[in-house]
Amino acid sequence: MKEELIISGRMNYKVDPTLHIWGWEIPLYLFLGGLAAGILFFAALYYLRGKENQYQFAVKWVPMFAPFFLIIGLGALFLDLHHKLYFWRLYTSIKLQSPMSWGAWTLMVVTPLSLVWSATYVRELYPKWDWKLKWIFDLEAFLIKNRRILAWIMIVYAVILGIYTGILLSAFNARPLWNTSILGPLFLVSGLSAGAAMIMMLSKNPLERIKFSQIDLLLIAIELALIIHMFMGFRASTQVQIDAGAMFLGGPYTLPFWIFVVFMGMILPAFLEFWELKGNHVPSYIPGVLIIFGSVMLRFIIVYAGQASRYLY
Amino acid sequence: MRYAMAVDTKKCVGCSDCVVACQTENNVPIGYCRDWIVEVTDGTYPQLELEIRSERCNHCDNSPCVRCCPTGASHYSDGGIVLVTHDKCIGCGACIASCPYDARYPHPDGYVDKCTFCIHRVQKGQKPACVEVCPTKCMYFGDLDDPNSDVSKVLKKRKYKTLIPEAGTKPQLYFLI
Repeated sequence: MKEELIISGRMNYKVDPTLHIWGWEIPLYLFLGGLAAGILFFAALYYLRGKENQYQFAVKWVPMFAPFFLIIGLGALFLDLHHKLYFWRLYTSIKLQSPMSWGAWTLMVVTPLSLVWSATYVRELYPKWDWKLKWIFDLEAFLIKNRRILAWIMIVYAVILGIYTGILLSAFNARPLWNTSILGPLFLVSGLSAGAAMIMMLSKNPLERIKFSQIDLLLIAIELALIIHMFMGFRASTQVQIDAGAMFLGGPYTLPFWIFVVFMGMILPAFLEFWELKGNHVPSYIPGVLIIFGSVMLRFIIVYAGQASRYLY
Repeated sequence: MRYAMAVDTKKCVGCSDCVVACQTENNVPIGYCRDWIVEVTDGTYPQLELEIRSERCNHCDNSPCVRCCPTGASHYSDGGIVLVTHDKCIGCGACIASCPYDARYPHPDGYVDKCTFCIHRVQKGQKPACVEVCPTKCMYFGDLDDPNSDVSKVLKKRKYKTLIPEAGTKPQLYFLI
């Protein structure tokens, strides 16, 4: 039997007895970032495919929430900083090796872009809206003329934002649970799924609802495949990753993960959507809320569990 | 120049003098520590083996904390010593999460803090405080590129290990075994 103890008494704030440097702020931000990425991705995608009137909730209405989600997410990030007044230091350097650095720059592009995208639709959706100043009208006309370019930039940045929320964690090899490249695609797909769920819930067009319900079914299937893949990877890896996987396969995170994330957030809404596509009536907010709940729980559980996973020496 | 430290696990008695010396020298806030003692007991009574280690930041050659720092606050200084520039640090915690040795912590003033190998003393030609006070003289500090430094000499004649080499950080804190 081997026992390792710190005998000089170490109780560093947020580090001991197990790491807990990141509380609710980071998973909330990761969720909101992923959700905004999903919303903006579908808005740009269906605009580029020329379906802005067919799927007008996805292209015009729902993106109006994205800037708010991003700003709340950024607010949570700010609250998480310990040296808050120096936050601007993020924007005095570009460090390509640091996911947090290029993530900060990505947000610097995506947040204004989401605002601009929504602003170009405001007068179409609210005809009484008046920008008051002539130069804003001119700017609006210019942006509407170049919406295609905006959409291309937005779709690329939405994917970067969605993947970044996962890569932020997977870049830490000190935390074996996070140190898997599956986390990038998994968080991207989960964000897209939450975005599709949001559109499905808010859309008043039955055809659009059915379309996004089908999209969600596909995304849930991909998510389940990625999760299975992730655990197969852990099981086949080194001892520290076997231990990390064991936290979810019989360990302390087993019930919350498989019940809240996999069953309530994926299998149950998939079943309800399938049931609806078969012709039965299911209020679309039930699977929608479940998917979003699962998406939130995925971030919280992965962020908390990751901090408890470590190399033992 | 490559500063490194070696700790003799056969001589260390775990008295924690190094911990107190560090706290005093570096004005470490109460309740925090930049170095600590780990005691490893291996086996079953009466066949027991004991290893005592004085641990701190490993000042890695391939530091994950420097890599993931979004502002460049964490950086390599003279001789590979890993330092944090306080007024560049935003306290995001990325470096804390990235360190497999849990050697960093958020200072009450907001920035992230850790062992500096007492660079302010080293630059004056002195030894780090922990090395200086050790009553069993179990710690060796110096330049690995200088074959006559204390640390080079002791690493030449003794067996040693580093902690979690499999994390790929290339740690520069050596434990003589």
